[in-house]
Amino acid sequence: MDDFKVIDNYLMIRLPDEIDHHKSVDISTKADRYIMSKKVGNIVFDFERTTFMDSSGIGIILGRYKKIACFGGKVYAINTDNRIRRILLLSGLQDIVEIISKG
Amino acid sequence: MIEIVEKRNGNKVTNKIRLEFAALSDNESFARMAVAAFITPLNPTLEEMSDVKTAVSEAVTNAVLHGYESRNSMEDRICMDCILRGDVLEVEISDRGIGIENVGLAMEPLYTSKPEQDRSGMGFAFMEAFMDDLEVESEVGCGTVVRMCKKIGTSAWIDSEE
Repeated sequence: MDDFKVIDNYLMIRLPDEIDHHKSVDISTKADRYIMSKKVGNIVFDFERTTFMDSSGIGIILGRYKKIACFGGKVYAINTDNRIRRILLLSGLQDIVEIISKG
Repeated sequence: MIEIVEKRNGNKVTNKIRLEFAALSDNESFARMAVAAFITPLNPTLEEMSDVKTAVSEAVTNAVLHGYESRNSMEDRICMDCILRGDVLEVEISDRGIGIENVGLAMEPLYTSKPEQDRSGMGFAFMEAFMDDLEVESEVGCGTVVRMCKKIGTSAWIDSEE
């Protein structure tokens, strides 16, 4: 699938239109497979397509962060719109995730 | 101007729906789309729409994941009641799952009973942040009822302009 791509030491994840608990299980499992097999250091979550996210999205990010942080990896959230950014800030993720907004 | 509309509508129920669906994670998106369609006539802003959808998604996810422990059984049911009183939306989401032993603890931000499952523990915090009011009633072995309400839309402003 094109939604997961490894570029150098970065795992790029193109997130779907809607992120909820139903979808999050699948995304987390796939991401972990890449983290383990390709030994990537950093993760980039791309919210370009995403119009809806609930706290399950926070779970995905936190869970992946825990897996790479101990090796000094960084997590990025890119193309976030206002609503996604609000949810990230409300959860205090700005301390561990570099948030890069749209446009 | 808000007062005028409230006087006109009082506390009268102006619309209501009741949905019952199996406690499957697939139905999380169904529930939030249904509530979105229900409030569309009130002209909600994009932000209000997304707030309500997120809150409903959290409540239904809780019922599926915690109330019914992700059994994904057709026998397990979740009930969603939506009521409009003028421009105020009330949503009640109830399950007959395992219930919550300590509601106060469950509602604390970042607390999760399933840390191994990548849960953020932000479900109730999001419901509280995105809705105007949140009430949770639960009894162990009987189930949980989540009641939320939120004032929606610019109808008050449009009415007064007209």
